Amino acid sequence: MISRRQAQIIGLVVAVIVLAVLLVLPHQTGTTSTLRWAQVLYIGIAAMGLNLLTGYNGQVSIGHGAFFGVGAYTTALLMHNEGWQFLPTLVVAAPVCFLVGVVVGFPALRVKGLYLALVTLGLAVLFPDLTKRFVHATGGTNLVSLTRAELAPPAWVPLWVSGEGRDDQWAYYVTLGAAIVLVIAAVIIVRSRFGRALIAVRDHEAAAETVGINVAQVKVLAFAVSALYAGIAGSCAVLVTHIANAEKVNTFQLSIEFLVAVVIGGTATVIGPLLGAWIVVFLQHYISDDLPNHVSSLGPLKRVLGEPAASPAIFGILLILFVYVLPDGVVGGARRLYARLTRSRRTRAPAVPPSPTPLTT
Amino acid sequence: MDFSLFFSQLMGGIGNGAVYASLALALVLIFRTTGILNFAQGEMALYSTYLFWYFTQRSVPVLLAILITMVISFIGGALIERVIIRPVEDKSPLVIVIVTIGLFLALNSIVQVQFGADIKTGLPRFYAATTWRPGNVQISADTLVLVAMLAIVCLLLYVLFQHTKVGLAMRAVSSNAESSRLSGIPVGNVLMLGWGLAAALGALAGVLIIPQLGLEASAMQSILFYSFAAAALGGFDSPVGAVVGGIIVGVAQALATQYVHFLDGITLIVPFGIILVVLMVRPQGLFGTKRVERV
Repeated sequence: MISRRQAQIIGLVVAVIVLAVLLVLPHQTGTTSTLRWAQVLYIGIAAMGLNLLTGYNGQVSIGHGAFFGVGAYTTALLMHNEGWQFLPTLVVAAPVCFLVGVVVGFPALRVKGLYLALVTLGLAVLFPDLTKRFVHATGGTNLVSLTRAELAPPAWVPLWVSGEGRDDQWAYYVTLGAAIVLVIAAVIIVRSRFGRALIAVRDHEAAAETVGINVAQVKVLAFAVSALYAGIAGSCAVLVTHIANAEKVNTFQLSIEFLVAVVIGGTATVIGPLLGAWIVVFLQHYISDDLPNHVSSLGPLKRVLGEPAASPAIFGILLILFVYVLPDGVVGGARRLYARLTRSRRTRAPAVPPSPTPLTT
Repeated sequence: MDFSLFFSQLMGGIGNGAVYASLALALVLIFRTTGILNFAQGEMALYSTYLFWYFTQRSVPVLLAILITMVISFIGGALIERVIIRPVEDKSPLVIVIVTIGLFLALNSIVQVQFGADIKTGLPRFYAATTWRPGNVQISADTLVLVAMLAIVCLLLYVLFQHTKVGLAMRAVSSNAESSRLSGIPVGNVLMLGWGLAAALGALAGVLIIPQLGLEASAMQSILFYSFAAAALGGFDSPVGAVVGGIIVGVAQALATQYVHFLDGITLIVPFGIILVVLMVRPQGLFGTKRVERV
């Protein structure tokens, strides 16, 4: 049996340990692993943003890959065409994505639930075509590819961070910094008046309105903030992958990955999406790289798993299973376990919005 | 203005529109009974089309292959409803999106593993692919077959819904599932039937349009998006709306591609704009039932 206070201390200790491990990680591992962790972080950032919208505010989006792309292109074009350093591009990319989020948020005032999912799907499908039409980069395609010199960290960065002859370290630390700042921001948002309003609007829109919440403002702002998160994630991804690109497949796939990270990690939890991103990234690599080697004895199964196209299938099936078995995600499941251990009946933000109770008039 | 070109484009648009209409009908069938927007509808049709390709490779006659494909798709669709959709039917939109998208990913990659990731060309038609030019207007056999297919499908669905006991049960369930259950209608079976019919309809649309396009894993994705636009325009719960919407979307696409050069390469703005404007201005679409929200 653990008391609440003990649990809080355990939580704090775990957070400090995780942070310490993440800080020294690039010095302990190679380039491949560092970049993979950077990928976890930027997908986690986008998923955190999506969670503010979907988990806390109840608006489902499968188009956040488009916001991610807006951030990525803003940063990549400023660095490539204008010769900017990375960090100043964030000052432009973040407000741009915020504004795009506002623009998309307005239609969302009238369109709800599955219909909103459909509209945002349209965003993900349309975005690659838009970039092909309006971005003219390498060889007339929409692929913006950055050179090492353009990506190099500025001179004031200490060697411990920038790394000697390694361009992955700088990318990793920038993404880690962004993630830390945005986790803190998310905690503040969730605990603020605005955060309460997000949940109130999700659970019962009409009731929220009667207690004086400006529903329209809250919903549009939720979209804008989550677009900003996704955009910064996109900017960081440019440092990690050295390119900004938008193919049909990957904009849609990214959007899905964010959503999956949210659902697997736990909707309406701050840390869940980061955990979910970690699971998504490593699971994908495990399925496509390692799993085929582990099934040696079964001939036809090995042939199927060895196919590169098989990984989305396993992914999709896992996704469906997850919704059945652990609908409130890893963090939600852990919380239920914790609640059982402490036998406390604390109220917590439910992962699945409860059916609204009818108001008596 | 070149009128023969205009009418040729119009005819082509109507042909494509017939495909969008039949896939939109499939979406509507599912939406009416279960209230779900099935994001995996296109990939279900994709799988069926691959099956069709597989049968024709084994030199099964084309019409027979279409028939077998539709029967298998019907069974598959019913099974998907029973096994995958039933447990989450009344859950939140997020859960439904996750499950249908999971299905989407799974089907899309299963076809690549099972049938190979290369583009299959030269899928057979059951008719001669000729083109007529009365007065310089191009009319292809493809267009005529697609329109005829749509007309037959509409007729059959009309007979099913309006003149059979099963159709009556389906209408009852889409109108009020709870009361239907109380009056002894096997609601579960009706839902399976709805999904089965939708899958078979998607299969038919797939095997008729894909021979013109070439079969690959991404073949159905933009078609599905146009069909969603058609269903939104007509109203998600209206079969008539799906057909009218499909034709309008097909024609709009053809004319925009031909005449609005600003949209070169970004023609997808057309269905996206239609979806967005319809959902914002008139969420029930042209023919749908207006829903009243009670607090």
